[in-house]
Amino acid sequence: MAQPLLRAVDICKSFAGVQALKGVSLEIQPGEIHCLAGENGCGKSTLIKIISGVYQQDSGYIEFNGKRFGKITPRDAIASGIQVIYQDFSIFPNLTVMENLALNSELADGHKLVNRKRMRKIAEEAIAKINFDVELDRLVGTLSVAEKQMVAISRALMFNARLIIMDEPTTALTRKEVQALFKIIMRLKQQGIAILFVSHKLNEVFEISERFTIFRSGELVVSGNTSDLDDKKFSYYMTGREFEDELFTPQNLSEKPVLEAKGLGLTGFFEDISFTLRKGEILGITGLLDSGRTELALSLFGMRPADKGALYKDGEEIHLKSPQDAIKNRIGYVPEDRLSEGLFLPRSIADNVVISEIDRLASGVGIIDRAKRRSEIYRWVRDMAIATPNPENACSTLSGGNQQRIVLAKWLACNPDVLVLNGPTVGVDIGSKHDIHAILQRLANEGMAIIIISDDLPEVLQNCSRLLVLKAGRVAAEFLPASTNEQEVLSHML
Amino acid sequence: MGIGAKLSAIYRRDRHISRLILMMVVWAAFMAITRFDKFYTLINFQTMASQFPEFGLMSLGIMVCMITGGIDLSTVGVANLVSICAAMLMKGMANEEGEIAAYVIPLCFVIAIALGAVAGAFNGLLISRIRIPPILATLGTSELFTGIAIVLTDGKAVSKLPRVYSSTINSKIFGLIPTQLVFFAVMALILWFLLTRTTYGTKIYMIGTSARAAEFSGIRMSLLLIKTYMLSGICAALGGMVMLANYNSARADYGTVYTLQCVLIVVLGGVNPNGGSGKTSGVVLAICLLQMLQTGINRFPQISSYYISLIWGGVLILVMVLNYFTEHNIHLFKPKRS
Repeated sequence: MAQPLLRAVDICKSFAGVQALKGVSLEIQPGEIHCLAGENGCGKSTLIKIISGVYQQDSGYIEFNGKRFGKITPRDAIASGIQVIYQDFSIFPNLTVMENLALNSELADGHKLVNRKRMRKIAEEAIAKINFDVELDRLVGTLSVAEKQMVAISRALMFNARLIIMDEPTTALTRKEVQALFKIIMRLKQQGIAILFVSHKLNEVFEISERFTIFRSGELVVSGNTSDLDDKKFSYYMTGREFEDELFTPQNLSEKPVLEAKGLGLTGFFEDISFTLRKGEILGITGLLDSGRTELALSLFGMRPADKGALYKDGEEIHLKSPQDAIKNRIGYVPEDRLSEGLFLPRSIADNVVISEIDRLASGVGIIDRAKRRSEIYRWVRDMAIATPNPENACSTLSGGNQQRIVLAKWLACNPDVLVLNGPTVGVDIGSKHDIHAILQRLANEGMAIIIISDDLPEVLQNCSRLLVLKAGRVAAEFLPASTNEQEVLSHML
Repeated sequence: MGIGAKLSAIYRRDRHISRLILMMVVWAAFMAITRFDKFYTLINFQTMASQFPEFGLMSLGIMVCMITGGIDLSTVGVANLVSICAAMLMKGMANEEGEIAAYVIPLCFVIAIALGAVAGAFNGLLISRIRIPPILATLGTSELFTGIAIVLTDGKAVSKLPRVYSSTINSKIFGLIPTQLVFFAVMALILWFLLTRTTYGTKIYMIGTSARAAEFSGIRMSLLLIKTYMLSGICAALGGMVMLANYNSARADYGTVYTLQCVLIVVLGGVNPNGGSGKTSGVVLAICLLQMLQTGINRFPQISSYYISLIWGGVLILVMVLNYFTEHNIHLFKPKRS
């Protein structure tokens, strides 16, 4: 075998006494697409930061292109051709595409005056490398996520990159955009550039990578060829647990619908949406990012009131003008973005769990009944199996899966009839994902009506009893998950 | 556990408050060593306790606003407007000898509180309904309230008040406790109770932490914000009434330095300017600390009062720097590991 491009050997790193990496090794060949996978907190980000020089390892060494580095600095990393594309892309939203692309080389060359002609030339060369077509004078802040990513990739390529590390690059991309990104990755490979692709999504690992490495709690679990990997093994390597995926079958359906939409519409986002939802049922709604699924979810919670059609709860027409209206009608909503919409991160787990039902834990004038509050908190921490030593700890100390359970607990505490979940397991590790699915199925069987809005097709197919596919704001198809498959659903989405 | 370890555990429980206490103790010790007989007198403490409620009350108001992630820069404007209205009312109701009926003082307070609440509600409406950023909205209303006050008075001081008002507020309960202090203590207690024991308190901390998540949790934001700025307005109105008694007159431009001073006190007291955290006890401590510093420095005739700003600024920056270290978990003095 040829000499590897990158060899990281026996890397150890600890933070404040917590061992984040316990002697892991990683090898990447020139021009290889290598996938680094693992659940949140397994140490993959730490390793990337060591390779790019942001952190210094405690022990172990790195060899790049035959040169051995004891400690690598960010300057060494860039000079040797290592480029990292972080999730936030590290670009300046207030500058134009051209300025973003040209800024680094302008600074590196020590130019003190702005020469727009020269900058334009640099920028044009940069985007030509990946055939990326964009207006150079647009502000980066106005670009879509995918376009921003392209800007970041173009910029990375300007420094004669040998290895490009992409940290979960597909998180905020639509399916089409992911395909476009993969094409570019293949192109880079042909140019002899190695890619380290960090992801915890199984299908991406299969689709793009030749070799893979999986970490679990700071240790290397396995490294090998992707062709030897399958679903079951992948989940097992990631979590150390084996899962039985059960298809959801409703057991406890009510006679009458609890929620019914007739011709619901919001101008510019969705039109003529009708459905009925019975107790004990899980209705899936799927569609691409711009299909109107998120706006529909927000309308069902009163955040963006629908302007057409009617909504009936228990047979009576309701008008949801605000989230308070939705709560009054016992509709709960688990939002899409857990970190900014679902949780108060720096506040305690306790406060987060009780905030929506707090008025019921207080006397008429608003004085909190502390005993009631405490028993409620302990009940939910126990019921949801939230892994914390003390519910007064801040939410930010928990993993994604535990955080999502807090958001669920917050709404279950309000005892809703209908629970709308928008992307219930986005950014959640496989183990917690499985647990959250089990909780939702249990709740449905106990008589709650649930709507899951998600673009994770395996998720909706496994957990829903019916599935609506949205396309360009309209219902494009309706399926029974038991009698369809991903390809068929996908063909109606695109 | 040794005494040292116990102390360090107490210190760690709330570093912010511990640090303020520590600074007070150090300053108190310094005063004890250098100017014991001039600082440690009953009269001196009574004077301090009658001075700080002016800006102390205003600081409490700013504190609640800052917990929601906002700020109230109109407190001094509200205080002056309220004290001018109260002064005019008192003068208008006085007889020719300058005496007023017994019910006039309580009536003035009721009207003052109502005026403060209305002014605060106006701030709250601008911020929650028209969605003007709090710093701009209250800066604007500050000018507006001051402007109204100037027009009402032609820019002159309203003086020659009925004597009984000033003498009532300046009297000492049981010959010991200044009445001003009672106003401050009652307001501080009310706010402490609201913040820690009621749903209102929990909700405003949540709003201050993340307005977006609050909205998604079904919290009725506009009503809470209006309530918050009303509280601040009431605090400012009481501060104005205390000022009226302390100066025995009212004028549109009294206490203009208080605006920024109060903001600094609140930050010094550990309230996060971005909202979501802070305690009443911290702010009360910061108020007391600054009053002690100011009075203490006045006990050194050779130090000109011009130095006071310099020292205040120095203390504030010191605390901010220490907070930075706490927040980023940097230990200047590494504790020995056993």
